Amino acid sequence: MEREPIALGHGGGGRMTSDLIREVFLPALANPRLEALGDAARLDPVPGRLAMTTDAFVVSPQDFPGGDIGALAIFGTVNDLAVSGARPVAISAAFILEEGLARDDLERWVASMALAARRCSVEVVTGDTKVVPRGQGDRAYVVTTGLGAVQAGAPPGPEAIREGDEVLVSGPVGDHGAVIAALRNALDPGTLRSDCGPVWDLVEALLAAGATPRFLRDPTRGGLGTVLGEMAEASGLSVEVRDDALPVRPEVAGLCDLLGLDPIFLACEGRVVAVMPSEQAEEALRAWRRLPSGQEATRIGRVVQRAPAPIVRVTPYGGRRLCDVPAAEPLPRIC
Amino acid sequence: MCLAVPMRLVRRDGPVGWAEVQGISREVRLDLVPEVRPGEWLIVHAGYAIEVLDEEEARESLEMALRASEDPGTVGGGP
Amino acid sequence: MKEWTSGLRDPGRVRGLAAEMAALDPGRPIRLMHVCGTHEHALCAAGIRDLLPEWLTLVAGPGCPVCVCPASEIDLAVRIAALPGVTLATFGDLVRVPARISLAQARTRGADVRVVYGVADAVALARSLPDRTVVFFAVGFETTACTTAAALRASPPDNFQVLSSHRLVPPALQALLDLPGETPDGFLLPGHVLTVTGTKAYEDLLSRRPIPMAVAGFEPLDILQAIRAILEQVRRGRAEVVNAYPRAVREQGNRAAREAIAEVFEAADAPWRGIGTIPGSGLRLRPAFRHRDAGEVFGLAPDPAVQDAPTGCRCGEVLLGRQEPEECPFFGNPCVPDDPMGPCMVAQEGTCAARYRHRRA
Repeated sequence: MEREPIALGHGGGGRMTSDLIREVFLPALANPRLEALGDAARLDPVPGRLAMTTDAFVVSPQDFPGGDIGALAIFGTVNDLAVSGARPVAISAAFILEEGLARDDLERWVASMALAARRCSVEVVTGDTKVVPRGQGDRAYVVTTGLGAVQAGAPPGPEAIREGDEVLVSGPVGDHGAVIAALRNALDPGTLRSDCGPVWDLVEALLAAGATPRFLRDPTRGGLGTVLGEMAEASGLSVEVRDDALPVRPEVAGLCDLLGLDPIFLACEGRVVAVMPSEQAEEALRAWRRLPSGQEATRIGRVVQRAPAPIVRVTPYGGRRLCDVPAAEPLPRIC
Repeated sequence: MCLAVPMRLVRRDGPVGWAEVQGISREVRLDLVPEVRPGEWLIVHAGYAIEVLDEEEARESLEMALRASEDPGTVGGGP
Repeated sequence: MKEWTSGLRDPGRVRGLAAEMAALDPGRPIRLMHVCGTHEHALCAAGIRDLLPEWLTLVAGPGCPVCVCPASEIDLAVRIAALPGVTLATFGDLVRVPARISLAQARTRGADVRVVYGVADAVALARSLPDRTVVFFAVGFETTACTTAAALRASPPDNFQVLSSHRLVPPALQALLDLPGETPDGFLLPGHVLTVTGTKAYEDLLSRRPIPMAVAGFEPLDILQAIRAILEQVRRGRAEVVNAYPRAVREQGNRAAREAIAEVFEAADAPWRGIGTIPGSGLRLRPAFRHRDAGEVFGLAPDPAVQDAPTGCRCGEVLLGRQEPEECPFFGNPCVPDDPMGPCMVAQEGTCAARYRHRRA
């Protein structure tokens, strides 16, 4: 039997809200702190410094090959903690749902969220649900906050970057952005899947190997290029990238040819960029390649003296060109 | 103005076809290439096939470039 | 196909062919012009200019239909998009191009502006929004005009209309050749325009002014082969249209595509941003399709008071290939892609934007 879709009453704070929490959220996300249903979750103290991050997820479409908004919300939050050198401790999640959303959709996303959280050994300890009238939202938005415990050896930040450092990436770039661009432009991405996934093991592997990354970041919106641009700006240096060293899947390259996009500015959701002192680059790559999520890790370039642009790209033909970060999301072009 | 890419026609249904390149596929309009058959390569611009690609010529032009770049003599040499 | 696409990008072959140009040195500086935004992209992205001998320069002519679309026509699209009940669909290239305001700004202010991959998606949008009028803002040369024409011939729904800013390439080349003063030493012809038109229209141009031409594809080896074809003509003192992109371009072009354009459109005088009016270079809907013409239907026309570029901007000279972007006093400061002054910097494929984005290091 078709179940009633999400109604405004499910966000009203009354009995319908409690029913939705009991029927959808508690069974999937089951943990004692959430089940207490207090106004706030009370957590045990953690040793050392805390890291805190917040993120809003408005991905459209919400379902895509390789993930959905639920998985993305958990991995996105945990990954922001991870590249700050923090192991996740707890997550909060607020749902803004559009009136008329099918129950099945919500349950699928929450189940996927629960699965992702288990994979990252973290719990969703508190949450909130609001419903907006039909037409005032795009099915579902998720807003999260993540708390993490900063680990020993956490990377300092872009100001520590030095000329001569090597730039590594943990796997092919642009998979997530390409999948989403395909779906938005009525293309079938075939077997291409979003790279949506956790990166904590990649960070942990570096720290466990005794490596001291100068800077770690998970390239999401804006892709690898935006991260390179930001670290160049923050360090006052430039990054030289060899185009033929960029790991780009053939499907992503094909989609970029079709839509006139540049893969380095397409979003990733499960990759890490690491800037390493050059003498540690090889060791860091070995540590990554031992992991399933790091098998295609590779060196893409190095930090150089400040050039007239944050990124200098070396073409496969030996030409060199300057590259800036675009102000807004690149749009498909026909010219 | 001419972002157009080669795509292989997978199937067709009247003026509408489904074409693929590098594992990415999409619907393409075939109004401007009425004779094309599945398996042939199209040049697709903004969702329309604007020509059927001549694979023979494609190979030949590659070979021509190859020959020339391996043997500078074929371009006439210098005086 | 894999084998020849990757072959046409093979670094060793590309460098080898580029190195051969040295043997074709005519002993004087040679300036070749391309007239295609995608050629500029390909040249920049592959860094091909870095590989060519010093006596050979490649300049960009008026080859970007977004750049040459006059501000007054974008302004008309903005005004139509602001009408109640109208959804305006167009290519991603256009939405950030400023006129009085850009289409992206119009959307922020409440207009319903959608980015589509092609005209077929705009027709599908019209079907899915039966209570609204969907206006497709159509820019582009023959390559794109034939898709608009095909869509109009295929009985789109009644709520689908077109605002045509299509332009034709041969009249623009003719205007370039008729300009007094120096002309380029050769033209790289835009492969995908000629896919539609064929080579004949360009052979007719040779009778006005004999200049070597070659049809170029878009892979690095395609472009280099076309350059070589021109240099060989220069060397022999010939002026022909050599087809260096025969896998896509036939002598007669694509007949179905040419017929579609001829049935739906008629040539009209049209302004080019930064250049001025070029006779017979625009495409307007024929009377049988006037009910699809958004300008006619809404009784609106371009406002000539809308300015194309601020004083001092050299886009006109750049579009004509008479100045390099770097020669403009505004290039890079303050005129940049994120805060453009003139049309060549606004469009992604604009000569200045492409050159700025891929500045040679």
